[in-house]
Amino acid sequence: MSATPKAISEMFRDRFGDRVAVGETFSGIVTLEVDTDAWLEVCRALRDEEDFSYEQLTDLCGLDYLSYGQSEWDTTDASTDGFGRAVEGMGPGRFDWAGRPEARNVKQRFGVVVHLLSFRHNRRLRIRCHAPDEGMPIVPSLVEIWSSANWYEREAFDLFGIIFEGHPDLRRIMTDYGFTGHPFRKDFPLIGNVEVRYDSQKKRVVYEPVQIEPRVGVPRVLRDDSRYKTDEVDQAADARAEQIAAEDTAANGRKS
Amino acid sequence: MAEIRNYTMNFGPQHPAAHGVLRLVLEMDGETVVRADPHVGLLHRATEKLAESKPFNQSIGYLDRLDYMSMMCNEHAYVRAIEQLLGIEPPPRAQYIRTMFDEITRFSNHLLWIASCGIDLGAMTVFLYAFREREMVMDMYEAVSGARMHAGYYRPGGVYRDLPDHMAPYKETRWTKGKSLKRRNEWREGSLLDFIEAFAVDVPDKIDEYETLLTDNRIWKQRTVGIGVLTPEKALQMGCSGVMLRGSGVEWDLRKKQPYAMYDQVDFDIPVGVGGDCYDRYLVRVEEMRQSAKIILQCVDWLKKNPGHVMLKNFKVIPPTREEMKDDMEALIHHFKLFTEGYCVPEGETYAAVEAPKGEFGCYLVSDGANKPFRVHFRAPGFAHLSGINEMARGHMLADTVAIISTLDLVFGEVDR
Repeated sequence: MSATPKAISEMFRDRFGDRVAVGETFSGIVTLEVDTDAWLEVCRALRDEEDFSYEQLTDLCGLDYLSYGQSEWDTTDASTDGFGRAVEGMGPGRFDWAGRPEARNVKQRFGVVVHLLSFRHNRRLRIRCHAPDEGMPIVPSLVEIWSSANWYEREAFDLFGIIFEGHPDLRRIMTDYGFTGHPFRKDFPLIGNVEVRYDSQKKRVVYEPVQIEPRVGVPRVLRDDSRYKTDEVDQAADARAEQIAAEDTAANGRKS
Repeated sequence: MAEIRNYTMNFGPQHPAAHGVLRLVLEMDGETVVRADPHVGLLHRATEKLAESKPFNQSIGYLDRLDYMSMMCNEHAYVRAIEQLLGIEPPPRAQYIRTMFDEITRFSNHLLWIASCGIDLGAMTVFLYAFREREMVMDMYEAVSGARMHAGYYRPGGVYRDLPDHMAPYKETRWTKGKSLKRRNEWREGSLLDFIEAFAVDVPDKIDEYETLLTDNRIWKQRTVGIGVLTPEKALQMGCSGVMLRGSGVEWDLRKKQPYAMYDQVDFDIPVGVGGDCYDRYLVRVEEMRQSAKIILQCVDWLKKNPGHVMLKNFKVIPPTREEMKDDMEALIHHFKLFTEGYCVPEGETYAAVEAPKGEFGCYLVSDGANKPFRVHFRAPGFAHLSGINEMARGHMLADTVAIISTLDLVFGEVDR
């Protein structure tokens, strides 16, 4: 990983222009946002061109951005009733099949995230593509470019219902034969919708609606308060102390 | 003239050589495989979805149950992803302990692999030999975490507790007493580190024993040489990692190329195969065991010389000790908040990968700033390896499929997640 993250980001900007949006770099991995129209073209270039040569698709997964950034517990406001005790919201695991939240028209709800690895440059890259239509999310398939995408795309189709256009064999992979629904969507209940047992009278396995109740103990909270900033304060203080120490040694050195 | 048709048969999900719950639908032309279609998901437990409904730390236990042959390596990927988002770095002693236990885990995984692969291909003795050593590895797990398999030992910011000073000895029974008891307890008189050191010094001899059974064994070679050949180009295309890639001659190991924990401080070599067949993968795994023993010894040496903290002192993420809680109000509050609500991880996304015994185990973590992950995805090496089985098995005999499945080193806990 010789080139700096900034130089790498520049490289993508120069090559692809406004077809990709270069996101931030975190822990050495650049994120590219690509439209479905440019998806295949960009990926092919990422694999074949000398500067990129991402030989391997390490990982591909679906994402459902419904309820992103929503908390179940108001931690900022206090009212006359005291601090909000009641858990409100429809976070993961808090609803059953009948009471599942209605997926309003969330913009850019479904996304596909791919992690690429270049062995030649020892570099990783994350590319993301949002499906344009939330009702019927369709994204072009990458199987032609990296064959390892095959099962990952099947998995994303099974769990999120993202359809990969051009996939040779888009079957369910994880869920049971004859399963309905896409279990990793945020509006699918954590407890599921059917349960299976052996019926000794009918002498076969039967499917019935689930009998367990949703139960999640810990509310989902979003906090962005000062307690997570103490580190920065500490570090600033440490840096200042070191600076003073360095100045002192320098001054002493001059004296002697 | 009678029409000759291909025959479709089911391999698994109850077959002992299917390594768990693999259902393989094979289209056979006589004894030859024409098409292999694996049906997975019989062990799908939706770990990733379950993790979304729990605070970050409560999912560590699930990670042990993904690849249940290399428990601590899975935990390592997950805690590293959390640490990256929180921007914290564990103390060096914790890093050395993690490095050591990653290698112990690799050792344990390869032991089980050599045992089960031996059985699959008709070599019973190596199974008994390997389980003799694996028992001691389990004891190391037990001594450090209290559990023989599902340790839950790594935490964001370090490891749960320091290595114990005492190694539990065997007790006298009707069958083990006198001299034999003394012999079994010989290594267990000192601390855990002494035990691990004695083990790692002794174990190359044990590996020699496995090799005398297999490496030049005519039947073993007939069953593995030239079977399931994977060219380097194909291995890259199929998303192979770890031994599958190195067996095909690609020199790639995350421990060297993208070092984490203390792997840049220890000295070891990366074995690479040439032919990409089942036999080369066997040789690579055996050599990796030797290298693991080498790394373990270096870690033991460092850990003996350098006592210190094994957890960060950052009460916003790491709970205070029981003693601190007893006489400090603030510590009590921190403890309460961390165990009822957990900590919030800043918004962002990261991908942390470790070189697990089976290949690259990655954790893609998306946080929206809450105390629970928004989405977590585990990149399991076995999933990518199994997806290529059609290409590897096509044209081979049915019995060779067993050898191929076996050297893929599959565990369905991680394939199905």
